[in-house]
Amino acid sequence: MTAAHQTLTTADGRPLKAALVRAQRRARRRAFLLVAPLLVFVLLTFVIPIGQILYRSVHHDGFSANAPAVSEWFAATAPGTEPDEAAFAALAADFKAMQAARTAGVAATRVNYTLPESRSLFTKTARSADDLVPPYREAFLAIDAKWASPAVWQAMRSSSSAYTGDFYLASADFERAEDGSIHRVEETQRIYVQLYLKTFALSALITVICLLLAFPVAHLLATLPMAKANLLMILVLLPFWTSLLVRTTSWIVLLQSQGVINSALVAMGVIGDDGRLPMIYNQAGTIIVMTHILLPFMILPLYSVMRVIPPGYARAARSLGATSWTTFRRIYLPLTLPGMGAGAMLVFILAVGYYITPALVGGADGQLFSNMIQFHMSKSNWSMAAALSSLLLVGVLILYWLYDKLIGIDNLKLG
Amino acid sequence: MKKLLVLTTALCGLALPAAAQQVTVMGWGGAYTASQVEAYHKPFTAATGTAIVSIDSDNPATPIKAQVEAGNVTVDVGVLEIADAVRLCDEGSIIPIDATTLPAGADGTPAADDFLPGTITECMIPTDIFSTVIAYDTTKLATAPTTIADFFDTAKFPGKRGIRKSPKVTLEMALMADGVPAADVYAMLETPEGLDRAFAKLDTIKGDAVFWEAGAQPPQLLADGEVVMTMAYNGRIFNAAQQEGKPFAIVWDGQVYEWEGMVIPKGAPNEAGALEFVKFATASEQLAKAAEFISYGPPRKSSAALVGNIAGTDQPMSPNLPTAPENLTNALASSLDFWVDRDTQLGERFNAWLAAN
Repeated sequence: MTAAHQTLTTADGRPLKAALVRAQRRARRRAFLLVAPLLVFVLLTFVIPIGQILYRSVHHDGFSANAPAVSEWFAATAPGTEPDEAAFAALAADFKAMQAARTAGVAATRVNYTLPESRSLFTKTARSADDLVPPYREAFLAIDAKWASPAVWQAMRSSSSAYTGDFYLASADFERAEDGSIHRVEETQRIYVQLYLKTFALSALITVICLLLAFPVAHLLATLPMAKANLLMILVLLPFWTSLLVRTTSWIVLLQSQGVINSALVAMGVIGDDGRLPMIYNQAGTIIVMTHILLPFMILPLYSVMRVIPPGYARAARSLGATSWTTFRRIYLPLTLPGMGAGAMLVFILAVGYYITPALVGGADGQLFSNMIQFHMSKSNWSMAAALSSLLLVGVLILYWLYDKLIGIDNLKLG
Repeated sequence: MKKLLVLTTALCGLALPAAAQQVTVMGWGGAYTASQVEAYHKPFTAATGTAIVSIDSDNPATPIKAQVEAGNVTVDVGVLEIADAVRLCDEGSIIPIDATTLPAGADGTPAADDFLPGTITECMIPTDIFSTVIAYDTTKLATAPTTIADFFDTAKFPGKRGIRKSPKVTLEMALMADGVPAADVYAMLETPEGLDRAFAKLDTIKGDAVFWEAGAQPPQLLADGEVVMTMAYNGRIFNAAQQEGKPFAIVWDGQVYEWEGMVIPKGAPNEAGALEFVKFATASEQLAKAAEFISYGPPRKSSAALVGNIAGTDQPMSPNLPTAPENLTNALASSLDFWVDRDTQLGERFNAWLAAN
């Protein structure tokens, strides 16, 4: 046996390899235990809720769980099948059970999402559930003639499965016709697609404005002597520490037509008293206020990047004959890219999800997609709100992926 | 601390045998519950000897539903908004109350005819009526608007309008301003043509509209001079005018009213006492008394004549109530059946209308 084949051992005679693995395993376990609280926290407060939102957007068992008999009939027949006596009998049995358990309201809510105006049909029928005797079809029609309508049966059919894509269809301004085919909703009802695009466009615009405003400020902060820079920093941070609602309402005071800015302009004779500028309760108001609120999120990452750029680089470029514009374009700007990327990402993602500010100052045309999510939350239509939220999430993830492809996510410096 | 715990535990133990002689009422707190304590709770205890325990909640519907589902009900009577009451009734969390057992009005009218039409539902007996109205600043308009149509007439009354950012009430007011009688409004809104007509009417003032979302906004918009007329909740305008001395006035023509009332949760610990209390509180005199403390109208017609002065003043409360006969000449009761069916659909259409230029 040569020395090369001899197993290396530790002082107490154990094989070195095994001892090393053990020692490393212990270190790994300790490291894992250290991050475990964070992992559990993230899992409980982030991963699980997002998972639940995604789940809710495709799952609603309000009808299927409370009307099992007729749901079974739907499962056994092809879409568009005329309801026969067996279907009405199953429905009657379900209604009697729902009336006894008083769950008709829950089932009705689900069907009403698909077909408006069917909630009262359900609650009314449940109240007369005792009148449902054979022949069932006639009994149902005696309570309300709407039970003969194919639209009602189609709505129940799409509600009869706990898993459904209906909420995503509605989020894209589509609906199911009576025969089950898919088509766009009436023009007066179309809102989500348009608002989705508008939200992303407006957020992009706000991001660009923030970048243009923040760049000089951050540069000033990074280059001024410490004492002055600190004072300036406080001016940036003070509004950042102020409550969102306070800042929004102070903008209302400033911008409204009888507000500070308009009155000052009128007093100076710049505009006439009847020509006061509409700066709030519209899209312009949303852009102004959101830009102000999100500005610190752009300034801070930019500042942290600019502060560590050695001034010698720019001087070297100048001494080699570059004009000040070339120096800025070829030297300074590329060096600030990680800060711009981080700031733009922060501002954009926050802007996409904003809702209090647009709700208060947006007026008619300053509404964003999140306002629709809030609308459905307030109507207890959690599934629809979840579907809309998921769409927003997907949109942001796509942009994140694009950013990674174009600029690279490791080229991001948050501070 | 420990002593305190022992003491409270002992007190709870003592309180238990007395539970049969008390009724627990869950309300909304603030000035609203204060009005009910004065008008319902104190007189009830004086008349029957049964103590009333008053609990406050943000919205009693939520804890009541939670208690019923958990099978541990501690509330005997809840004060709910009509929309929540109908929902909880459909879901079986509150029990039906037989309205025929309610006492007749002070003038002898049977209860069923005494309450304003449509306000009594299967599970809730109404206690007060609040309303969405048109309010204006008397110092900003040369002539006072008198009808709902004036709100939509920007030629006669130039200036911005405050409109609630919701189809509910807004669509009803648009149709009434377009000349539709209150009684036909919902029948017309159920047809596509009627809906188009309401939106077309709203189109005429969209350019002058400032949309608001929270109830605190319209008095503020009026005070800032941002609008000259606005849709608003009557209680908010009354408070601004009465307590802060703002020059606000209300156009009652075309008002749309809703109501709140009392319900009994399923499994209430003292159901008999709760029923007795609900009957007592919703009698003509008690409802009239409550209206002196807050500008919400009594739902019984026979109460109107019994309402006295605004509490602590020598001015009559009646003209400030949505239910005063002169304010009810052209009024509409908000239809719950209409809105539970169409909330989402019309909300989406309204939002699409808002976003369209």
